[in-house]
Amino acid sequence: MVNLLWLGMILSGVITAAFTGRIDQVSQAIFEGTTTSVQIIISLIGPMALWMGLMNIASESGLIERLGRLIQPMIRFIFPDIPKDHPAAASIMMNLTANLLGLGNSATPLGIKAMQDLHDLNKDSERATYPMCTLLALNTSSLTLVPATIISLRVASGSGSPSLILLSTLFATSFSTLTALICDRTFRLFSQE
Amino acid sequence: MLALLQQISSWSIPVLVVSIILYGYLKGVKVYDSFTDGAKNGLNTALKILPYLLAMMVAINVFRASGAMDLLIKLLNPLTGRLGIPDQITPLIFLRPLSGSGSLSYISHIFQEYGPDSFIGILASTIQGSTETTFYIVAVYFGAIGIKKYRYAITVGLLADLAGYLAAVFICKILFLN
Repeated sequence: MVNLLWLGMILSGVITAAFTGRIDQVSQAIFEGTTTSVQIIISLIGPMALWMGLMNIASESGLIERLGRLIQPMIRFIFPDIPKDHPAAASIMMNLTANLLGLGNSATPLGIKAMQDLHDLNKDSERATYPMCTLLALNTSSLTLVPATIISLRVASGSGSPSLILLSTLFATSFSTLTALICDRTFRLFSQE
Repeated sequence: MLALLQQISSWSIPVLVVSIILYGYLKGVKVYDSFTDGAKNGLNTALKILPYLLAMMVAINVFRASGAMDLLIKLLNPLTGRLGIPDQITPLIFLRPLSGSGSLSYISHIFQEYGPDSFIGILASTIQGSTETTFYIVAVYFGAIGIKKYRYAITVGLLADLAGYLAAVFICKILFLN
């Protein structure tokens, strides 16, 4: 599906450009895309290394295992396929906590760490497993208590009350996360592992 | 309320960093060695993501720069209107899953035009705060572990985004209109 989606976006773009006369912009946009992705990766290396280092201490000290045992009963409902005593439980919890607190810089590295832990349980290494899809659903639906980025943009734009949106955001994000979990469960029923 | 949350948010990282290192030290882990050992993987992991992210970014950029996205927005505008999504917001809901910086700059434009505390400004803020850049998350999270078959992950992400938009319109109309 992703192959078709990728081709579709590029093909429809180039065809449209032929009609709109924007082929120059498209040509430029292709290389801008490469630059942007490298910039994103560079800004990811630092936080990534930091959390990989900290998680290594947490793992060698047994903290991950302890945290995992503590948290496993709570997330078992959402992630039934994660075995007891597996480090994925702890890294998933840390990823979700970072999301809740609006710590974007930490949420991504911790989410990647959680994916790597889930990947240890993966037999077919190029195909997403159920728990991977669930973790992705939770992250794409963005469960957050502190929408930090948009609040700072509101402050910068001279808003009289930047935090006015807290309640409505909490409502919308809870609803989207709930939808993500329900859809994830439903799709799971109709797909084979 | 926000002040308290922001306090918790800013304290959480330093407290977590200290706790992890202190716990490790007390358990007899050579914390500095262990940290640097783990941190080495940061670079590799980030580099592993690059091809996936680049593929996604190039496609998204072509789609946007060519005007194909504007065309899609125009085509679907009657439909989004029927769902109660205001016209000024329609571009945002298509930008949001594709580009985080793109949707933020569109919101800046909305703020300039209507003001951050107008109904449109608040609705745009709510949408931005309650949803995520789905395509970016998929590329980064699955790219890091080399997953190529995404199965239903993108569909679920986009359905969740749609649910978020509708919930945002619903709650903002109740709280902020009139």
